[in-house]
Amino acid sequence: MMLSRLLSHDLPRSRVLAVLLIAIFLGLALAPFVFPGTRALNVAAKVIVFVVLAASFDLLLGYTGIVSFAQTMFFGIGAYGVAIASTRWGPTWPSILAGIGIALGVSLLLSLVIGLFSLRVRAIFFAMITLAVASAFATLASQLSDLTGGEDGLTFKVPVALQPGTDYLAEPFLGVSIDGRFVSYYVLFVVALVLVLAMLRIVNSPFGRVLQAIRENDFRAESIGYRVVVYRTIASVASALFATLAGVLLAIWLRYNGPDTTLSFEIMLDVLLIVVIGGMGTIYGAVVGGVLLVLAQNYLQDLLKRAVPLVDGIPVLSQIVSPDRWLLWLGILFVLSVYHFPSGVVGRLRGGRARQAES
Amino acid sequence: MTATANVASPAAPPDDTDDAIPKSRFDWLPVAFVPLLALVAWPLMGSTSTWLTLTGAGLAMGMIIFVIASGLTLVFGLMDVLNFGHGVFIAFGAYVAVSVFAGMSDWASAADAWKNLAVIGAAMLGGGAVAAAIGVVFERVLIRPVYGQHLKQILITMGGMIIGEELIKVFWGSTPIVLDLPQAFRGVFTAGDAAVEKFRLFAAAFGLLAFAVIALVLERTKLGLLIRAGVQDREMVESLGYPITRLFVAVFVAGSALAGIGGALWGLNQHGVNPQIGASVNVLIFIVIIIGGLGSTTGCFVGALLVGLMANYIGFVAPKVAMFSNIGLMVAVLLWRPQGLYPVTSR
Repeated sequence: MMLSRLLSHDLPRSRVLAVLLIAIFLGLALAPFVFPGTRALNVAAKVIVFVVLAASFDLLLGYTGIVSFAQTMFFGIGAYGVAIASTRWGPTWPSILAGIGIALGVSLLLSLVIGLFSLRVRAIFFAMITLAVASAFATLASQLSDLTGGEDGLTFKVPVALQPGTDYLAEPFLGVSIDGRFVSYYVLFVVALVLVLAMLRIVNSPFGRVLQAIRENDFRAESIGYRVVVYRTIASVASALFATLAGVLLAIWLRYNGPDTTLSFEIMLDVLLIVVIGGMGTIYGAVVGGVLLVLAQNYLQDLLKRAVPLVDGIPVLSQIVSPDRWLLWLGILFVLSVYHFPSGVVGRLRGGRARQAES
Repeated sequence: MTATANVASPAAPPDDTDDAIPKSRFDWLPVAFVPLLALVAWPLMGSTSTWLTLTGAGLAMGMIIFVIASGLTLVFGLMDVLNFGHGVFIAFGAYVAVSVFAGMSDWASAADAWKNLAVIGAAMLGGGAVAAAIGVVFERVLIRPVYGQHLKQILITMGGMIIGEELIKVFWGSTPIVLDLPQAFRGVFTAGDAAVEKFRLFAAAFGLLAFAVIALVLERTKLGLLIRAGVQDREMVESLGYPITRLFVAVFVAGSALAGIGGALWGLNQHGVNPQIGASVNVLIFIVIIIGGLGSTTGCFVGALLVGLMANYIGFVAPKVAMFSNIGLMVAVLLWRPQGLYPVTSR
């Protein structure tokens, strides 16, 4: 079956999950028509970017069983690649492509060096070293203001075809004006779809099976004859490249990039939350989790605002349900997920037979 | 546990825990790096007074980092638990110090040096006590259920960090708070042209004291003997009938308290606190314990001093790459000794 091949025979295996995924797919595919308004479209675009970013992280965390805190670094490299190239060489397609190429090259090199260097010793080193390198990189990016625009970041123009001012139809189509923004959204959507399907392909290939074997028992995998270090390094490089492409998408959508947009540790934590709550070791988890987190980020605050009058005046409680504390609730949900359903929402929906992701 | 640990064998004989019966020689080489680094930096700093000032600041910073990181490295050595949420204790320590200073503002602004010292003492004590209390909860709720599972440990302690940071915002708000030193600790001691901040001298003295106490407890008491034995071979200690879990809780809580005290000092050293203080220090202490060798207290001390000095020298010469200098230091050390300066045998 065509669809099954597209999904690399890794079907949702749960009716609820299938319905959920179809709903997400349709919702994102028709977002400009179904959810009018600038804010809704921005949220939809953010969902798309974060799904790709989280899926790339899942490749590493869920499938290979190693924790990296440098995912946002590669995310940032991609976004800065486009931003810097567009600023320097003008808003043309060749300059964007060159920026993407350079960004991919930098990510490849960096992830290779980090992987070979730290995965050789102990897997737990990797977590600490990526944390250190990523934070140093974020500092560096905000210091090199000639190149990166420093703390202010870079605002740049995209090619004419994607600019909001470019109208393709004189009349709005089904109440939506078909402009550069509309085209940008669909570029994002199609590219993200291809990337997610590609990652699904990777994790369901023989290579992906080896990664899972390493996750379950690296010693045994080594004994069977797989070079664990090589596989782990390849996985971390692949994950870095996908994260870079997610960064490219974000930069093209926002037409801006700065340290807080892509490199901050908060975003790293968001990605961690997405993957763990959504379900480690299931690319679908990144999709579900991404939608959940971005919606929570943008709309949970509205919900919490309604709860505020109920506890108004009670000192600590009113602070705890304050709209700014949405992350507290997700943090608690995160801890509970790690304990009680390590395979996340997706694992829960698929029933008890979901694989446990731990080393 | 992991297969890879066996592949990279330590380059040097493991003589960190040096009080064994056939007495092994203490490895002085890493310790010599500290004065060596200072000497190399001397001609590069331009003037001797600048160099003295930077060295003083670097040593003080290193001592504070050591106070914070010592608990983390011991906990890792003893139970193979890597606590990514260690920053929570630092942050709570610093914030409690803010509250103590606000509560005792009369004494903090008094001209009497003893009253000032009492405020700092109370802040450190309060920070340590609160951090210890949180440490008890943290260990019980977050860490105990996931012993022996590295991946879950990293995730869950990271989750603890998120929650802790948010709780700090609940209690103290999310904006940075200025933390001024008490009257008597402001200003500098001058010797010739060189100036060393008074507070940093105090912090360095305290750090040295903390190191001495930790070293004494580890080397000269039965408790220390058990802890060192546990770091070397946990199962053996357990099979001899000692309650290693209770020992671990004690070390964890003590480590949390030290982190809280260090957090209070760090907040004062930075003249202010923000909710991200824990996460930012976390990065530094990870570098320190990797450099020192996971589980080694001596290594942690040497690593902390190296990092503190390096951060100050490079921060003066080329501030843009200051953060990378520490990573460069870490890479250099790991290329030389893949397990850190003082490798711990069983890891």
